[in-house]
Amino acid sequence: MYPHVHHQIDQPILDVSNLSVHYEGRSALDDITFHLNAGLRVAVVGPNGAGKSTLFKVVAGVLLSNSGTVRVYGSGPGGHVCIAYLPQRSQVDWSFPVSVTDVVMMGRIAKLGWLGFPRKKDWDFVHTSLETVGMDKHAKSQIGELSGGQQQRMFIARALAQEAELMLMDEPLTGLDSPSQEGLLTLLGDLQKKGVTVMVATHDLEQASQYFDRILLLNHRLIGFGRPNDVLTPDNLLQAYSGKLSSVNGKVLTDTCCEGDEDAHRH
Amino acid sequence: MPIVINWLVQPLSYGFIQRGLIAAVLVGIVCAVVGTYVVLRGMAFFGDALAHTILPGVAVGYLVSGGAREPLFWWALGTAVAASLGIGAISKSGRIKEDTAIGIIFAGMFALGIAIISTVRSYAVDLSHFLFGDVLGVSARSLGMMAIFSGLVILVILAFYKEFLTISFDPVLAKTLRLPVSFLNNLLLVLIAITVAVAMQTVGVALMVAMLVTPAATASLLTKRLPYTMALAAAIAAFSGIVGLYASYYVGITSGAAIVLTATVIFAFVFLFAPRRGLLSKKVHKNRFIVE
Repeated sequence: MYPHVHHQIDQPILDVSNLSVHYEGRSALDDITFHLNAGLRVAVVGPNGAGKSTLFKVVAGVLLSNSGTVRVYGSGPGGHVCIAYLPQRSQVDWSFPVSVTDVVMMGRIAKLGWLGFPRKKDWDFVHTSLETVGMDKHAKSQIGELSGGQQQRMFIARALAQEAELMLMDEPLTGLDSPSQEGLLTLLGDLQKKGVTVMVATHDLEQASQYFDRILLLNHRLIGFGRPNDVLTPDNLLQAYSGKLSSVNGKVLTDTCCEGDEDAHRH
Repeated sequence: MPIVINWLVQPLSYGFIQRGLIAAVLVGIVCAVVGTYVVLRGMAFFGDALAHTILPGVAVGYLVSGGAREPLFWWALGTAVAASLGIGAISKSGRIKEDTAIGIIFAGMFALGIAIISTVRSYAVDLSHFLFGDVLGVSARSLGMMAIFSGLVILVILAFYKEFLTISFDPVLAKTLRLPVSFLNNLLLVLIAITVAVAMQTVGVALMVAMLVTPAATASLLTKRLPYTMALAAAIAAFSGIVGLYASYYVGITSGAAIVLTATVIFAFVFLFAPRRGLLSKKVHKNRFIVE
């Protein structure tokens, strides 16, 4: 009963063309066009309210666009269950009575079908996913007992259990201490080895240029998409941020915004 | 010891008390299981409003059936299902805030119900039964109806356990897994509506929200996983039903209020003394922290 579409392997994993989204007359995304081949790590950067979350939600098939198209392996996102959206941590009810295993098993339910119960194969998926992200020791913890980095790893495990090929991570690094950030960035490399395509919204331009294959620079419209050195030019950054950047010794480190307030611009 | 047993058994010699006990336990269980979702999804106000909104339906049924009690269940059920889907649709329209929309409908419908009932001469007594319940007046037939519909609600909750869990915890995930999210949301609203109809005669519309949220909130302070939350909530609610009825019998207070008060006392106790999340245990932990 769950929709399942065939992947056309000769098509790019993500093909976005002339995509526009408005909220109450205000433009959130304006005429975005790019395409992405499978297996790359992409950092999506831009100031607060630039439309990063909106882009992810349209690509995930959760939000409809006003015009333009999104194609995932040749067809619209609405038929795919291979796209995972990892929420911002501030958007999650951490007091919800679920264990880490419960959350990861949620990634399997499209595969279980109506009235289906988890079988051995599904439990295996959950256990392997938890091992991959190094969370097997916390399998039985209630989600509120986890640290920020562990919470993020749990959602990656859920995306793995979902057998997601495209993972959209909404500011996974925000609010983490630097060891947790390092660990998570290493894990993104492991995901790449598994052939998973990741798009990560982030505020840290240095990390973006250091750890990612491609940068997508966004401020409602697409300012640049390509290799870090080609995209993070002073000219592009000025266009994207118009002065809202903090820099040290002339080197741009991060933009000046913080967690969460992007949502104020949505709905 | 025989005195205690006698004290417990003696009320059971009355058929209406036996039925009342079964009804209170049944309603407690179904309200607690559905109520767990009401609490987790922050729908307490919706539940309260829905309970009040069925009054005009019940009142019309009361006039049409000339005072008979059994048909009222169907009137309550019909009104509750219509009202739940109606409130759901209006809150989605987005032109006014959800709680404002619910407040307007809830108070308006409630007033309409009171207006209709006030045209009857025995107005005060009948109205109080609708408002506060009359668990000792449950007939065998009504009890059968309540059992069937409670069973149905719990069966659906179990059958769609993983889907309801997912739409409640992470609606965006539910959409990316291509679950029919609005269908499931509406199904949950209908289940709450059926529960309200089942519980109407036991606790009445005014106290309904207590049965939906109090045991579930109590259980959520003590448990870490949803199945345990539901099971414990059901146990607390059933226990409150039994204790409340005995209290009603021996102390002479009205049954619906006695049941709700029992549940509230249990909540207060757990809220203060729960091992991990209780108010006092948190204070103790804090102090210990400072001392160390």
